[in-house]
Amino acid sequence: MAYDKFTILRSTAVPMPIENVDTDQIIPARFLKATERKGFGDNLFRDWRYEADGTPKKDFVLNNPIYSGKILVGGKNFGSGSSREHAAWAIYDYGFRCVVSSFFADIFKNNSLNIGILPVQISAGFLDKIFTAIEADPKTALEVNLEAQRITILSTGESESFEINGYKKHNLMNGYDDIDYLQSMKADIESFAAKSIY
Amino acid sequence: MSKAPATLFDKVWDSHVVRKIEDGPDVLFIDRHFIHEVTSPVAFLGLESRGLKVMFPGKTFATADHNTPTINQHLPVQDPLSANQLKALETNSAKYGISHWGLGNPKNGIVHVVGPENGITLPGMTIVCGDSHTSTHGAFGAIAFGIGTSEVEMVLSSQCIMQPKPKKMRIKVNGKLGKGVVPKDVVLYIISRLTAAGATGYFIEFAGEVFEQMSMEGRMTVCNMSIEMGARGGMIAPDETTFAYIKGREKAPNGEAWDKALAYWKTLKTDEGAAFDIEYEYNAADIEPMITYGTNPGMGMGITRHIPSAAEAGGSKASYEKSLNYMGFREQDEMLGKKVDYVFIGSCTNGRIEDFRAFASIVKGRKKADHVTAWIVPGSHIVEQQIKEEGILDILTAAGFQLRQPGCSACLAMNDDKIPAGKYAVSTSNRNFEGRQGPGARTLLASPLVAAAAAVTGVVTDPRSLMAE
Ligand code: SF4
Repeated sequence: MAYDKFTILRSTAVPMPIENVDTDQIIPARFLKATERKGFGDNLFRDWRYEADGTPKKDFVLNNPIYSGKILVGGKNFGSGSSREHAAWAIYDYGFRCVVSSFFADIFKNNSLNIGILPVQISAGFLDKIFTAIEADPKTALEVNLEAQRITILSTGESESFEINGYKKHNLMNGYDDIDYLQSMKADIESFAAKSIY
Repeated sequence: MSKAPATLFDKVWDSHVVRKIEDGPDVLFIDRHFIHEVTSPVAFLGLESRGLKVMFPGKTFATADHNTPTINQHLPVQDPLSANQLKALETNSAKYGISHWGLGNPKNGIVHVVGPENGITLPGMTIVCGDSHTSTHGAFGAIAFGIGTSEVEMVLSSQCIMQPKPKKMRIKVNGKLGKGVVPKDVVLYIISRLTAAGATGYFIEFAGEVFEQMSMEGRMTVCNMSIEMGARGGMIAPDETTFAYIKGREKAPNGEAWDKALAYWKTLKTDEGAAFDIEYEYNAADIEPMITYGTNPGMGMGITRHIPSAAEAGGSKASYEKSLNYMGFREQDEMLGKKVDYVFIGSCTNGRIEDFRAFASIVKGRKKADHVTAWIVPGSHIVEQQIKEEGILDILTAAGFQLRQPGCSACLAMNDDKIPAGKYAVSTSNRNFEGRQGPGARTLLASPLVAAAAAVTGVVTDPRSLMAE
């Protein structure tokens, strides 16, 4: 699935200082019934965001108009649980392009990269600084520079670098995906398969 | 020339690398691909929009399980969205020549139950599926893990996925398990020690006497929950127990092919001196029947204990309190004696014949507690058949229980099997996340023995108190 190229993102951020945000919270299973990748953003964090009757829960951050932006900042172990890519789709569809945390669950991280969301893993200390800065001023903007692999709190100038492998970085910056790459090496795969015992 | 000592994981992984990308992932060849109705439709749409074909349809197997009803499976599926997904799986499978075990097929069942029981899962394979509990198949000495829908599309179109090689962890448990302590307790214990994120970035090998002596069903239960400590997967070296389980299953090799495969499978073990990035060792005698009290599988404890305080539990206090609040529990509460409203036995964690045997061993000669609603859901039609043939159904019926039809059911509550808000369910499944078993549902993960004890007493009960000496 094609996605927008990711280079430099400057945006305010939505803070969610909760640990172990799992994929069942990001998108509950009962909303996984579509056969197309459409509209998942409406049900992002459904049960934290809405009462059973559909009224928005006032104290949930996505319902608080003072917070907005293309960056979601979450607590440690973000995205644990199921392999449902729908969780990443919901985040993307809602309008986020980047998720920041001090620790990500593996499959969620992979899924995000595969659909054009940049997971930025930073130290616990820097994560705290971001939360503090946003708490002090919800209009605090962050800059995520993929090329330089650096995240900066623009109001204070504090920054930290983050890791991403060269291959994924190249893909994200150019809007490529793994399927394009794999198609380009079909002949190698054919000959590999010919030797397989299974 | 002698080769450097390698781990089981290295042997299987390295032999499947088609290409190594510098400063990037490995291109990994996939031997078996399982698909189900929920995470595959968008992958097929992707194929179509790119004009791609399925490269090796014979290596992919489809089964319907996630949102199938567990009663009246012969009737049309009521929920139109679920029916639509089931139809999409059927149509896509037919269109691309993929074998499909849909509703009503005698081979139908939960993907991680039917793979092994039909001999599709074999040692030394790489196996993926758009479901995180694909790690189950690691019990056979396979590298098996869950993938996202983009990756499902990759495997369909190229039989490969791109993955950085995980680090290696070994977890040893030695000694002998005590009375009433079963494989589910072993894995819940390990997760409670390591936390729900403790193995993120790793692939686990489970080793030691406890796993060597464990049945294949038990090993599947353990590997199934590797993902609940954050690991990509877990595996156990194949041995005589493994080979005996596989032999004669429908899709397993036979004749000359069997001998050849067997010779290869016997090489699949970690060499003396091979290095792991990290190792843990636990003692079987320290494990008691387990139960969870919180909203991630790491929040578990011995059933006779008290809920730890936030300080004892570690981690963020606010997150801990949020979790206990959701559960309606307090620090230092005792779990024994807490009222239970629902009991669910099933799922790819504990929906195999051994699990129902264990459940029946406690239920036999007792009655279901009046206020408990019990959902007893076999992992597949083959398991359902065994339950009937072994007389387990008679024991269940005499005790006032009913058997449902196979599927994922209340494990993720995509069908009608939802635990109502605020109610407590002792569940043999794998996740106790908020709302996992229905909005507001409160899940206590436990073994089939603990589930049975709760089902007949109506409260959290130590199963050892109901077992003969
Ligand atoms: S039983 Fe639960 S964990 Fe297993 S495949 Fe079904 S939904 Fe996934």
